[in-house]
Amino acid sequence: MSILATIVEVISWAFMLSGSFFVIIGAVGTLRFPDFWARLHAISITDSAGVILLFTGMSIQAGFTLITVKLIIIGVFLFITGPTATHAIANAALVSGLRPKEAKGFTGVEPEPLTKPDADPASSE
Amino acid sequence: MRIIGAIIVFLGLWLLLSGVYKPITISLGVISTLAVIFIINRMDSIDGDRVEIRLKPLAFLWYNVWLLGEIAKANWIVTKIILSPSMPIKQHMFSVPYTQKTDLGQVIFANSITLTPGTVTIETEPGHFLIHAVAYTTDDKTALADMDRRVTACEKAKSA
Repeated sequence: MSILATIVEVISWAFMLSGSFFVIIGAVGTLRFPDFWARLHAISITDSAGVILLFTGMSIQAGFTLITVKLIIIGVFLFITGPTATHAIANAALVSGLRPKEAKGFTGVEPEPLTKPDADPASSE
Repeated sequence: MRIIGAIIVFLGLWLLLSGVYKPITISLGVISTLAVIFIINRMDSIDGDRVEIRLKPLAFLWYNVWLLGEIAKANWIVTKIILSPSMPIKQHMFSVPYTQKTDLGQVIFANSITLTPGTVTIETEPGHFLIHAVAYTTDDKTALADMDRRVTACEKAKSA
């Protein structure tokens, strides 16, 4: 094994191990945090740092091949859909009436009530 | 013109994802590409919706690099909270105004907020987003206003 190959191997494994570390941290946070809203934030660590570092490591491991292109495509896809899914879950919780527990001395902003416009063509039957 | 562009994009995507370059597989790819183009054209007469992407490419690329840095910093902060024995969480829900004109700009801003650990966009209302923070500090609002400014800077002015 040449020196260059060893360096590539070391760098890619460093990325992958740190990515795995953040995935585990996300899992630990999910278990330790007290309620739904806090757990949401723990999972987002897995979502961002874990995914980015793991994919960078795998891309370096694969080198300039089609596999790297596919990894980048999947990565971009996750970069867009990950936060959208998180928002969908959080919004569903908010709409169904779950309110975050505020820290001491804070009052949260209430969402504006869902008012239907009077001239709603769908409900004017 | 638009159709030729779409054919090139789809065929390129297919070639990148396939990786097997035998005549039979490539001809199957060409056939499926043409089928997709045919269906898209038929659908267009029902739903002629066009999505405009009004972004400055280089500015947006630079914004993504900056965002990666922010994600790294926020990750470290939340990791420290998870690992510290006392777990100093301080949940707070607050609203942040946005200044983006286009839908795409607003989506980018809201998704950037959610992508940085510690803050999640939970509701979009006209003129502002509702944000939930797990460890709220007074710096959060200025940091998000800074992010808002950067996203708006990536938008292209509306061409008449």
